[in-house]
Amino acid sequence: MNAFNNIFFIALPYAALLMFLVGTIYRYKATKFKFSTLSSQFLETKKLYWGSVPFHWGILFVFFGHLIAFLFPSYILLWNQVPVRLAILEVSAFIGGVVALIGLAGLFYRRITNDRLRKVTNYMDLILEVLLLVQIFLGLWVAYGFRWGSSWFATVLSPYLTSIFTFNPQIDAVAMLPFVIQLHIILAFVIFMIIPFTRLVHVLVFPLSYLWRPYQKVIWYWDRKKVRNPNTSWDIHRPRNN
Amino acid sequence: MDVRSQIAMVFHLDKCIGCHTCSIACKNIWTDRKGAEYMWWNNVETKPGTGYPTKWEDQDIYKGGWKKNGEEKISLRGSGKYKGLLNIFHNPYLPVLDDYYEPWTYKYLDLIESPAGDDQPTARPVSLVTGKPIDIKSGPNWDDDLSGTPEYARQDPNLKNLSKAEREAMFQLEKMAMFYLPRICNHCLNPACVASCPSGAIYKRGEDGVVLINQKVCRAWRMCVTACPYKKSYYNWNTGKSEKCILCYPRLEAGHAPACMHSCVGRIRYLGVLLYDADKIEEAASVPEEELIDSQLDLILDPFDEEVIRNAKENGIADSTLKAAQTSPVYKFVKEWGLALPLHAEYRTLPMLFYVPPMLPIMASLSQTDDTEQAKKLDPIAKFWDKHHRYDTTSKSIMQTVEQARFPVKYMANLFGTGTEGKIIQVLKKQLAVRIHRRSVTVGDIDKEITKDTLTEVKLTPEIADDIYYLTSLAKFDDRFNIPPAHREQALEMLEYTGDAKGSSGFGFKEVPQRGL
Repeated sequence: MNAFNNIFFIALPYAALLMFLVGTIYRYKATKFKFSTLSSQFLETKKLYWGSVPFHWGILFVFFGHLIAFLFPSYILLWNQVPVRLAILEVSAFIGGVVALIGLAGLFYRRITNDRLRKVTNYMDLILEVLLLVQIFLGLWVAYGFRWGSSWFATVLSPYLTSIFTFNPQIDAVAMLPFVIQLHIILAFVIFMIIPFTRLVHVLVFPLSYLWRPYQKVIWYWDRKKVRNPNTSWDIHRPRNN
Repeated sequence: MDVRSQIAMVFHLDKCIGCHTCSIACKNIWTDRKGAEYMWWNNVETKPGTGYPTKWEDQDIYKGGWKKNGEEKISLRGSGKYKGLLNIFHNPYLPVLDDYYEPWTYKYLDLIESPAGDDQPTARPVSLVTGKPIDIKSGPNWDDDLSGTPEYARQDPNLKNLSKAEREAMFQLEKMAMFYLPRICNHCLNPACVASCPSGAIYKRGEDGVVLINQKVCRAWRMCVTACPYKKSYYNWNTGKSEKCILCYPRLEAGHAPACMHSCVGRIRYLGVLLYDADKIEEAASVPEEELIDSQLDLILDPFDEEVIRNAKENGIADSTLKAAQTSPVYKFVKEWGLALPLHAEYRTLPMLFYVPPMLPIMASLSQTDDTEQAKKLDPIAKFWDKHHRYDTTSKSIMQTVEQARFPVKYMANLFGTGTEGKIIQVLKKQLAVRIHRRSVTVGDIDKEITKDTLTEVKLTPEIADDIYYLTSLAKFDDRFNIPPAHREQALEMLEYTGDAKGSSGFGFKEVPQRGL
């Protein structure tokens, strides 16, 4: 049992972290062209609406819920002191998960039944969708079966994840968790690990900077004023457009 | 004053014969690839018609371009920072494959390999997307030459504001008319595609104003497809990247005309430099709708003006580019002669492709004469239209008046005049005056006074009319395409140390453009 714990709760997270960092940086540097959401809306739009919109909003809500619980566990515990607030948090998180699950199931169905979409589907897409489906399902199971997740996440998993990131892994608490929860954790690491090999890279290039850039964009190959002025030296700089 | 140079174009619609050679030249060079089969960076539409993609001009459907409500600043109609990011998981205004057409090929091998039988073998159409047999439902030119008029031509969004009687008159069989509208990317001064791109992948080249999509930065957020009111940004479903007309910039930089222009059989296309004031772009795009064309033309600067030249030089615009601006055929058509107008200026993107509106088949006016003497000279077998009618060259309206044109001026105004007729009437009158002038020169049967009157009425002199005639009808290749040198030799050294590339495969895009994982 010790080996199991060591592999999945110490080795796996570090392998995932390494693979994620090296993989994404390498892919971004070497094959930037392949960084894309690979949207298939152009080929099928109606079913996409009923799949993509609930899935994305649902998964974003749940993901940021996890992230906040990891980063600020004390605040979550403080919030959960009042039973009504705990119920609100748990119920809304659960609804978020259900919405994401329904959306993803719709997307999966859409992808495997549409002729056009099959042409733009590869194995990695299917593997990722199945993994996410299982992961969300497990998450809902955990939330339903092992109450109250938000509280024990803050007391058990936040310290564990912090210990991982501080390179001092403490797995005693995690090792005693029920198997379903352990599976949910392991699968999270696996998904994290395969990010660079899937279309999930689009999450990393979400265009938030759009909000503060000016609308119009003009790129000059070279600064003509400088070239014409014999008093300035030509600094050698890489073009910004390629 | 921030003077910049822009490669701009003029398409002379009266000369377009609708042969689609431009489209084919473009297709063969740029879009004959998987995922791009459906794209026509250059396409030719029949007007009246719904175009490609179907009804692209109906911004109630596609929400392209900029809009302005009252005193507000202009904003993107269907995308932009907040609308765009909120709709990023599903863009409700995105045209999909079926709005264009499903590309197909035929199983030609079946013609050869099918076994002997009672029937002729046929080559069935197969989809280029799925590879499965399909029933072809539409194509990029399904309504070419007014085919399927009830379904297509009558649905033309430009028929709005026309009365029922006017519409009916347009589609009477014996009076029916049409013209061709070749379209490429307008390389706008206020491009909506650039503004809508969340990744910032689309940009306007400072040197010549060509609008390009950086394929390595595009992430398929699909907003440019919605934002471009001309629907000239296309989504490649295979690579997951948007693509658009690049104005054949590799050719331009080498001094060649773009492929569509080079191959144009009717010689309708002109290309040259315009200088414009970049400081005033936003202001020019924000004026009330009926002033848009004037404000856009005011942006374009006089390349002979001392101050403009000084400012241009300060901005580092090369002397060769200034020279090209002074001899630009586009400047002549657009500014000097006022013959060319932007297409749908009401989208507020300040397009840099201008059109000389067509006059359609001109109807000469007839007058009653006694031509029995004339008839005696003819062989009795010879057919002539009417014994007692002859082209009336004594009246000013020898070639019809603008109001008598086949299409209501309102229709043309919806296309080229932001809905107001004044500009269109001016342009058409000028063209008519040039024709009357040339007829009086070559045939000599029009009264000198009439010729002079028609010319002065539209503020033309015989010399200018001859210039217009020359550039319209006789212009040689170099007259039509005035391409400034790109000076890439300097640019390259600015970009990188050339020694870096010594012994390697060269500069530029080295990654195979494969679909992502």
